Amino acid sequence: MTPHVYPPADPVFGKLSWGAIPLHDPILLSTFVGVVIGGLAVLALLTRYRLWTPLWRDWITSIDHKKIGIMYMVLGLVMLLRGFADAIMMRAQQAMAFGENVGYLPPHHYDQIFTAHGVIMIFFVAMPFITGLMNYLVPLMIGARDVAFPFLNNFSFWMTTVGAVLVMASLFVGEFAKTGWLAYPPLSGLDYSPDVGMDYYIWALQIAGVGTTLSGINLIVTIVKMRAPGMDLMKMPIFVWTSLCSNVLIVVSFPVLTAVLAMLTLDRYVDTNFFTSSLGGNPMMYVNLIWIWGHPEVYILILPLFGVYSEVVSTYCSKRLFGYSSMVYATVCITILSYLVWLHHFFTMGSGASVNSFFGITTMIISIPTGAKIFNWLFTMYRGRIRFDVPMLWTLGFMVTFTVGGMTGVLLAVPPADFVLHNSLFLVAHFHNVIIGGVVFGIFAGMAYWFPKAFGFRMDEFWGKVSFWFWLAGYWFAFTPLYVLGLMGVTRRMSHFDDTTLQPWFVVAAFGAVLIAIGIAAFLWCIVVSIRRRESLRDVTGDPWGGRTLEWSTSSPPPDYNFAFTPVVHDTDAWWDMKRRGAERPLSGFQPIHMPKNTAAGVVLAAISGVVGFALIWHIWWLAALSFTALVVAAIVHTFNYHRDYHIPAAEVEATEAARTRLLSLHV
Amino acid sequence: MSEAVTLAPPSHGTTGTPPAFYDLEGRHHPQNGTLLGFWLYLMSDLLIFACLFATYGVLGRNYAAGPSGADLFELPLIAVNTALLLVSSITYGMAMIAMQARRKRQVLAWLAATGLLGLGFLGIELYEFHHLIHLGAGPGRSAFLSSFFALVGTHGLHVFFGCLWLAVLMVQVQRMGLTVANRRRLFCLSMFWHFLDVVWIGVFSFVYLMGVLP
Repeated sequence: MTPHVYPPADPVFGKLSWGAIPLHDPILLSTFVGVVIGGLAVLALLTRYRLWTPLWRDWITSIDHKKIGIMYMVLGLVMLLRGFADAIMMRAQQAMAFGENVGYLPPHHYDQIFTAHGVIMIFFVAMPFITGLMNYLVPLMIGARDVAFPFLNNFSFWMTTVGAVLVMASLFVGEFAKTGWLAYPPLSGLDYSPDVGMDYYIWALQIAGVGTTLSGINLIVTIVKMRAPGMDLMKMPIFVWTSLCSNVLIVVSFPVLTAVLAMLTLDRYVDTNFFTSSLGGNPMMYVNLIWIWGHPEVYILILPLFGVYSEVVSTYCSKRLFGYSSMVYATVCITILSYLVWLHHFFTMGSGASVNSFFGITTMIISIPTGAKIFNWLFTMYRGRIRFDVPMLWTLGFMVTFTVGGMTGVLLAVPPADFVLHNSLFLVAHFHNVIIGGVVFGIFAGMAYWFPKAFGFRMDEFWGKVSFWFWLAGYWFAFTPLYVLGLMGVTRRMSHFDDTTLQPWFVVAAFGAVLIAIGIAAFLWCIVVSIRRRESLRDVTGDPWGGRTLEWSTSSPPPDYNFAFTPVVHDTDAWWDMKRRGAERPLSGFQPIHMPKNTAAGVVLAAISGVVGFALIWHIWWLAALSFTALVVAAIVHTFNYHRDYHIPAAEVEATEAARTRLLSLHV
Repeated sequence: MSEAVTLAPPSHGTTGTPPAFYDLEGRHHPQNGTLLGFWLYLMSDLLIFACLFATYGVLGRNYAAGPSGADLFELPLIAVNTALLLVSSITYGMAMIAMQARRKRQVLAWLAATGLLGLGFLGIELYEFHHLIHLGAGPGRSAFLSSFFALVGTHGLHVFFGCLWLAVLMVQVQRMGLTVANRRRLFCLSMFWHFLDVVWIGVFSFVYLMGVLP
């Protein structure tokens, strides 16, 4: 099967034609039919149950950080299914394509799958998940009523979503990049990737990147400016600290991604020579710049989860976190060091022994603050009253798995070893080891821990445990063979192998992927079961686990305004301190609460951005110009809206709080 | 120290009267974060310029047997351009002084002057770009010219959107007056405008002045 050949650009439709719809590909066609039927079913259900208005009013246009946080989590979960579908297709292909057997995926399709898998998992699964957690939790943990810029928050979410929509659209209209998730030139340049796949990649990431940068700025200002009285920096919950560091990294690294992708765009659209191999261009510039973003990015992902583990460990051991300040300093050290290691991704570029040594050593140094964290968690558990609830299981699974991943990372940090292992399956196993063992486990721990806060009922314990054990076993079955294969010298991104003796390892890896599939299914089923059993899982106290931080001091789910009265903080574990010293919840004297108003501006601006992106991908210049003008005009119109807030009347606050008082008294 | 805190209750612990745990009078009003947020945005934008400067630093002498900065740059023209932009920062400063004195008409007049200077800057830059492309020294000619056009053009694009923002803000000040929201917006645009000046000083020294050296 040959890649699509596009006709010369048409003045009306650009490069877009019927040939762009992959009718000839049974896998894509059946997926497309499935998506259409599923989509129509959802639309029909929404219409049948008259959910359009509430959906628009309470969710799509909502600037409530809690709603936006939940929408980010839903986006992450949906995209996880897509990213995992890519993963299991790759594992299936590699388990069968040996010798005579070419497998079921032609190379140009396989290349799109591994590219899409990486892009989706990082940008549209891990990023929405951590942004969702931070969005939901940071204001609650610091005793605030919303983030600093509620409208920007909504806009950021929709920009991220539009990026995800563009990636999904590439499945059915055109194709996706075949370059690997970081799209190194010259392969990603016009000479070797003339099709629209690379353009989908560029514009999806640029649009989503705007959202990520703005949400980073938003959360930094929230944490710096909006903490409750008494909460000085060294009294912030560790999750808030790690969120602060993660968002600082977002603001100082995503602009680099924007810049480097913009230069690649210029190379592709106006024939400049930044990263070409001719007329003075230098492809290695791209590799340096993208990793100056890319390495901090992995810390952007993991740091908030270190915060999650810290909160979970201290809650489920009923003990103050061991070494709070060393945890803070370790986090800040990692934040700074993450900027000094990028070159370890390309030791083989040949920068020379001294440069490689510098970056090898800085990389190894990062393991020290990370190790300090592991010990802090261990010492928190030491002589604690440990409850092995689902979040704690994920945390324990993380501590074992992540430590192994960290150690293989130190191996790769040794430049001579890296020359052997570079671009091998050992590397693939290493980063899945830290990203699944660190980021994914942490997200599941966080979801199980804060689910009752967000929805008012706990998640089903049994199916949560099933999901955990299948994920854990699945991870080890899927990636241990890749370590072995990597040590044997097998390189990554191959759709076919000649050496049939390797096959058993790939079959084991595919088995591991099946176990993970069961783990994901168990998680989804867990949500279904939890919703069905919600009455018996109900949390009326707002504090189902004996929590220690302020989000547990309000009801589950919290009211729109989060806190009727802003808490005053005297201790690192503010809520635990309040409980211990018998803080009385005030029952009268409520005042009107100043809140921001919902607005449709965010979703409108993001949707127009999506049209701009689509038009640029397909070289539909008139539409690009028109929609870009519309984007600017819409933004200007939005600035003429000066009435962006309202007051919740004191009576309404009083009624809400009185309802909670009744519930609390029934419970006791 | 932390050990003691872990094991023993704090000294103001269970015995004495517990302190206030809630802000009952609603006295706590988080400070306005817009200016901090805008600073952070400017710093993130500065990083985009940093990448473009770094790229120019690496590729800026890769002429690919084409023209160099010494062949192309007309310093007197660029000096005029620089002067326009620097003066526009002064006029914007005057607008801010007038804003502090709540003199709406003066604010609008100074903003108009700033906008005209900005447009003058853009006009000269467009003329320069047009001239270079006409000479066959377009962005595709060499990596030097690619990085030159990207850096200078990104700055120009910022000035363009700054002018657009300025025009919108003039309408808003005219209509709504110097309200709190509009004063905040004028502050943000002020920071943006001076920021572009600082970046331009980098462009002028690093690209133009150093570019004409042999």
